[in-house]
Amino acid sequence: MLKFNAPITTDVLVVGGGIGGLCAAIASVREGAKTLVAEKSDTRRSGSGATGNDHFACYYPKQHGNDIGVILKELRQSLVGAYHDEKLSLRFLEESLHVADLWHEWGINMKPFGDDYEFMGHAYPGRPRIWLKYDGHNQKQVLTRQARKEGVEILNHHPVVDLVVADGEIAGALALDISQDEPSFTVIRAKKVILATGTANRLYPAAGSPGWPFNTAFCPACAGAAQAQGWRIGAKMVNMEMPNRHAGPKFFARAGKSTWIGVYRYPNGKLLGPFVDKATRYVGDITCDVWNSAYTDVLLNGSGPAYIDCTQSSPEDLAFMREGMISEGLTTLVDYMDRTGLDVSKHAVEFMQYEPHIIGRGLEIDIDGQTSIPGLYAAGDMVGNFRADIAGAAVYGWIAGGHAGRNAASAALAEAEKSPWVEERAAYYSRFIERKRGAGWKEANLGLQQIMDSYAAAGPHRLRSATLLTAGLKYLGDLRKNSEEQIKVDDGHSLMRAIESLDLMDNGEIIMHAALERRETRDMHRRSDYTFTNPLLADKFLTVRKQGGNVIKEWRPRRNA
Amino acid sequence: MPPIINEDLCTHCGMCAAICPMHLFKHEKGRVPVVAYPEECWHCNACVLDCPARAVELRLPLNYMVLHVDADTLHD
Repeated sequence: MLKFNAPITTDVLVVGGGIGGLCAAIASVREGAKTLVAEKSDTRRSGSGATGNDHFACYYPKQHGNDIGVILKELRQSLVGAYHDEKLSLRFLEESLHVADLWHEWGINMKPFGDDYEFMGHAYPGRPRIWLKYDGHNQKQVLTRQARKEGVEILNHHPVVDLVVADGEIAGALALDISQDEPSFTVIRAKKVILATGTANRLYPAAGSPGWPFNTAFCPACAGAAQAQGWRIGAKMVNMEMPNRHAGPKFFARAGKSTWIGVYRYPNGKLLGPFVDKATRYVGDITCDVWNSAYTDVLLNGSGPAYIDCTQSSPEDLAFMREGMISEGLTTLVDYMDRTGLDVSKHAVEFMQYEPHIIGRGLEIDIDGQTSIPGLYAAGDMVGNFRADIAGAAVYGWIAGGHAGRNAASAALAEAEKSPWVEERAAYYSRFIERKRGAGWKEANLGLQQIMDSYAAAGPHRLRSATLLTAGLKYLGDLRKNSEEQIKVDDGHSLMRAIESLDLMDNGEIIMHAALERRETRDMHRRSDYTFTNPLLADKFLTVRKQGGNVIKEWRPRRNA
Repeated sequence: MPPIINEDLCTHCGMCAAICPMHLFKHEKGRVPVVAYPEECWHCNACVLDCPARAVELRLPLNYMVLHVDADTLHD
C-alpha cells in the first residue's frame, strides 16, 4: 500500500482549481469557511481555461434592457443552450454581471475596448448579443492570486481520486499526492465538497489523430473525474447520453474556432450558410453553431472540405481577431502562423468536427449547485443540467461556493480517513504501482476509445442501437477487468493517468446505460432501432445513478423558469 | 517531442515543470527540466509563455497540420 500523509481538515474542499473551482473557493472563503482547493496540476495554468478565453455569457441590463427573458431565450438558442433546467439558467443570468464585475476588479480585463462591456460573436444577425468579449489571457493567474489573497489554501499536484461519504452525507475525499515521483495518499476531511473537474476528454479516438489521445480541443488532463467519482458514490447524472462535438482547424484541435472572423465556404466558393456573406467582429458566420455537423456532412457527402475564409474581413477585424486569439489562449496557433507564413488574409483554413467529449453533461445540480448527495456540489463543465462554459463555471462556481461556505459552519465533520471505502480504494490504486510488470495505462485508454467509437458512437453519421450498446457494456466490463488485473505504472504521474483511464471507463459506462434508455433519435444521439424523435421526450431529462450495484434510470421534466 | 528547452538559456527555475497542465516535466533542483512525457503534450503553450528566460519553444508534431489553401482558389 502506498504511504498515507497526515489527514487534512477543512470546511469546504474544492476539487479542481479551474475557473469554476477558483470562483467557488473565493465565494466560500468570503463566507468565513476554511477553504481548500485540491488541484491536479497547478491552478495558475490548469484546465481548459489554462491560457485564456474570450467569451463570457452575461446579462447586462444597460445593453440588453430590463427583460431578462429575452436574454434567457438567446442563451437557450445558443450553441450551449440545449440541455438546461431554465431555473438554473435564469439564476445564472441574474448573477452573471456581478461575477463579470468581480473579474474586472480582480485584474481580468473584461473591458478591453474602453470603459464599458462589449458583446460580440456567436450571434444571429439582428438579435441581442449575449457574449461579453474579454481578454482572458491571464485569467488563471489572476484567479489564483485572488484566491490566495482572500485566504484560500491551494494544494497543487494533488488530484482527488475518490469521494468519501459518511452517514449519507459527504465527508471528504481521497487525494493522490503526485508532487514527488513516488506518490502517496492524503485524506481530506471536509464538511462540504465542490466538484469542479471540467470537461471529459480522451473518451473517444481523437478525430484528427486516432491513436494520439492528447490532440484535443479541451484540456486532456480533464478526464471526467467528477462524473466517475460521483457515479461510484451514487450521485445522479443527467443528459449523459447526449453527445457534444467541438470543431475547429483540421488536425490541430487546440486551435479553437470561436475567435475566427470569416465565412464558411465550399471549395467552389459557395457559402455554407445563409446568415452573412461577410463577417465582422460583431456578427460572424453563425452557420456552424447552428449546423453543428457541417464539416462532417460536407466531407462525407463529397461536397467538402469546408473552409473558413477570412480574406474579406477588414484588416482592422483581422488584427482584432489575432488579439482575440491571444486573449483566448491560442498563442500556439499564433506562433505557428507567424513561423510558417499561414496568413489569414490570404489563406482559407479547413475546419473539422472533433471527436465527442463531455461538456454540460454529468452531475445533476439544484438551484444552489448541490448534487443529489447532501453536501456535495458541482460547478462548471461537468454539470449536466446547465451549461454556459466559462461564465457558467465562474457564476455557478460562485453560487455553489457561497452556498457551501454559508452552510459549512453548521455541518458536522466526520473522520473520513476511517472510512473502509478509503482503505479499499487506496489498496485498489496501490496495486498498479506495486506490480512488477504489466500493461501500460495508455493501452487501457485506447481500449476504451475503441469500444466507445464502435459501440457508443455519436452522430451526425454514426448510429447507436440496443444491440451495439449492450455489446459495448459487455466489452467495457471485460476491458475494465483486464485493466484492473494488469495495469502497471512506475510513478505518480502514470498512476494519475491510469486512474484517469479508469474514470473514463465509468463515464463510458454511464453514457451507454443512458443511451440505451433514450429510445429515440435526438441531436447526435442517433438510434438505428428508434430512428424518430419522440415529441414526448422533448422536455424530458434522463437521470442515471448507481444504487447497490444496480443502475437506476429515471425520467423527469425539464425544470422551467 | 513538443516542448524543447534551450539548455543555454534555461536558469533551472522549474517554472515550466510547476505550471504544465499536463505534468509533462520532471525537474531536479539545479538542473534543466526533462520533458518526461512528450506525447502527452496538449500544445497549450503555457511553458513557452511562463518561462522567465524564454528558453522553451514548442514544436508541433508533423501530423498537427493546420490544413489550408490559397483563398483565391475559392473565389472567381
